[in-house]
Amino acid sequence: MRHLLSVTDLDAAAATALLDTADRLRQALLGREVRKLPTLRGRTVITMFYENSTRTRVSFEVAGKWMSADTVNVSASGSSVAKGESLRDTALTLSAMGADCVIVRHPASGAAHRLAAWVDKDRETTGTPTVIVNAGDGTHEHPTQALLDAATLRDRLGGIAGKRIGIVGDVLHSRVARSNVFLLATLGAEVVLVAPPTLLPVGVAQWPCRVSPELDAELPALDAVMMLRVQAERMHGAFFPSSREYAIGYGLSEDRAALLPEHAVVLHPGPMVRGMEIAPAVADAPNAAVLQQVRTGVHVRMAVLYHLLAGAPE
Amino acid sequence: MAQDRPGAAAARELLSASDVARTIARIAHQIIEKTAGTENVVLVGIPTRGAMLASRLGAAVAEFSGTAFPVGIVDPTLYRDDLRHHPARPLSSTDLPDGGLDDALVVLIDDVLMSGRTVRAALDALADHGRPRAVQLAVLVDRGHRELPIRADYVGKNVPTARDEQVKVLLEEIDGVDAVRLERA
Repeated sequence: MRHLLSVTDLDAAAATALLDTADRLRQALLGREVRKLPTLRGRTVITMFYENSTRTRVSFEVAGKWMSADTVNVSASGSSVAKGESLRDTALTLSAMGADCVIVRHPASGAAHRLAAWVDKDRETTGTPTVIVNAGDGTHEHPTQALLDAATLRDRLGGIAGKRIGIVGDVLHSRVARSNVFLLATLGAEVVLVAPPTLLPVGVAQWPCRVSPELDAELPALDAVMMLRVQAERMHGAFFPSSREYAIGYGLSEDRAALLPEHAVVLHPGPMVRGMEIAPAVADAPNAAVLQQVRTGVHVRMAVLYHLLAGAPE
Repeated sequence: MAQDRPGAAAARELLSASDVARTIARIAHQIIEKTAGTENVVLVGIPTRGAMLASRLGAAVAEFSGTAFPVGIVDPTLYRDDLRHHPARPLSSTDLPDGGLDDALVVLIDDVLMSGRTVRAALDALADHGRPRAVQLAVLVDRGHRELPIRADYVGKNVPTARDEQVKVLLEEIDGVDAVRLERA
């Protein structure tokens, strides 16, 4: 693995190795005075975010810092991007400055793949290897989110193979849903998508999952339910009549959450729109793992940086 | 040797199963003697086989002295100085006693001492977990070829070796048998 662009690049063994490393990193940092490891000293990690983000950007930055990498943040506003510089030029500029890793979030699906192709081509001429990590590209993929969800589920449920996991809501606009479906299927879970027909992407029939329109019918048999945020900023049409109607049909209310088995875990990738896709009391209940997801996210991203940057370049 | 695969490197047995048991017992006695009267002694093994030796030594010390020392594991991988020379290594677990290491006398335990680089990495890892009062080192085999100023306080067996030879420590927990072998490349 040279870049991390898509969860489909990971087979079960590679994904499990990443989850194991994340777990070991959590152990290694447990109860320590000095929350810093020297592993990536002298490596430069640049986060390049063309979309708003709190948790993912900070999570990557903290992950890099805890492993002693030098981390630099570039955001689209306030950089030369605002002057009209293209993605390619910006990326090659950062690579030329000696970035060992560029973590990119971009509104266009496939942006990370394009970037990886450019830096690989550039590497042939300049010899500087820059690693690209996809931190979310359009409605395509968000691999580290899927990995941290898998790590959280593995911890809470004791394993992933054979578990039934529901992913509920705006699947159409959700890179989190897509990455999760493929990763969880790779790890042997049975995935059920629950969404209004207007919020399902074309081609969902080819995904390794089942689709159901009826949330109440699925909840009693789920080991975990992942609520997706309704991405109003990506909605340029009428996908459902009103937010109230969406909440009634697909929101995880207290009454609905009571249908889940006792051991079931509730996940949300954040940011949560409380009262829309998830009721406040459900989000704060003990079986909600939202904050554990955030904590695990740092360890998972440390694991990704470790696997991509610590060893000898391929 | 019968169980060696055909074509495998020629191996010479340095310690048999009973030698290994005797050596562990001897080191346990030495640890008891050298730490007599000290409180807060912690045995910390380096994965994989050092961690197993640590738990065996812990059991032996408890049996001989009646006092059980806490046993922990520290994985030095993240502190190694040769990470960039190999593909990313899998990590092992780290599990230190709840009391922490502050003011403890830590006995660090590994199977084979050679360059001293693993021990150096483990010392750095320990330092990030607290400030031990002192750190001692116990190894089953010291095979020489030191690259750093590090020496062991407890040595099971000193073995002069050539650089291209390999010292293989086998422990029942993962190898199904206790033995130490010298293999020629």
